[in-house]
Amino acid sequence: MIPAEKQQLLLDKLSSGLPICEFPFRRIAEELSLDEQDVLEFYRTSLANGTTKRVGMVLNHQRLGYRSNAMVVWNVPGELVDHVGELLGREDKVTLCYQRPRRAPHWPYNLFAMIHGKCRQAVLAEIARIRKENGLENIEHDVLFSTRKFKQTGARYAS
Amino acid sequence: MHPDSVEKKISKQKSRSHLLQEPVNLNELEKQLINRLQGDLPLTERPFLQIADELGTTESEVILVLNRLLEEGVITRFGPLFDISKGSGCFSLCALKVPQTDIDRIASIVNEFPQVAHNYLRDNEWNMWFVLAAKCQDELTAIFEQIVELTGCPGINCPKEKEFFVGLNLPV
Repeated sequence: MIPAEKQQLLLDKLSSGLPICEFPFRRIAEELSLDEQDVLEFYRTSLANGTTKRVGMVLNHQRLGYRSNAMVVWNVPGELVDHVGELLGREDKVTLCYQRPRRAPHWPYNLFAMIHGKCRQAVLAEIARIRKENGLENIEHDVLFSTRKFKQTGARYAS
Repeated sequence: MHPDSVEKKISKQKSRSHLLQEPVNLNELEKQLINRLQGDLPLTERPFLQIADELGTTESEVILVLNRLLEEGVITRFGPLFDISKGSGCFSLCALKVPQTDIDRIASIVNEFPQVAHNYLRDNEWNMWFVLAAKCQDELTAIFEQIVELTGCPGINCPKEKEFFVGLNLPV
């Protein structure tokens, strides 16, 4: 077990990333004078209870040639939100899918899906395909392409 | 410049880090690693050895390639991704309706706030979209109201209500 006062230190340490070396958990354990097995156990517990979503990488979309990014928003009737959300979540090019509150009268949309593609046309074609194949053609939607990035801090969280 | 012509120019791997926002040409192992590691890292003492075995390569090669991808900015981060809703913080996606002629000024007002994590311009009448990160709901609401007041722009605050499972991120 890791003492409570060290748990926050460990979280802070982990939030700056995992070292890429032969024994990454041992290295973190050594830096914080902890036991390697305790650090691994802490990780497993944190994944099991959902505090940590996954351990892996965050990619730079632009460097991979994904230059276009659209936030596709939908006005889905309440009883269909779960169904449509799950359909969108299954699509390869959808990288995030969240339900959010509508803000009447300004904003009628309650389901947000992020779609990345190599160019604008590719993203639009993908959206058209997703709508058709999932039978979403009658659901009101809008497409908001990002045109400028003003600020992006470290992507530590899946927000 | 057309992406294809850029890719031809950067055939030498060493030169890739000089073009930080340009697409890179990935080799087979890099693609496999990226696809594999968008899923979970094995929680074992030597996770990269297990990955190497899965992909039929060596641990030292995996470590070398991952560090290089990180250095070149293809990977922006490697490690645990915390679920913000289970942590101590509080987050929301917000938008402002900003007049076209006033975008730069408003963007700098918004970006001044340390609670603003991302801020993007999008092609909609609700054109400025930013993520707020605060210690608690009260602080978040207060910051949002402060931003609306300081900018004089109409705003909407749309916290996440439910997240739907999303599988593999970006296949390469």
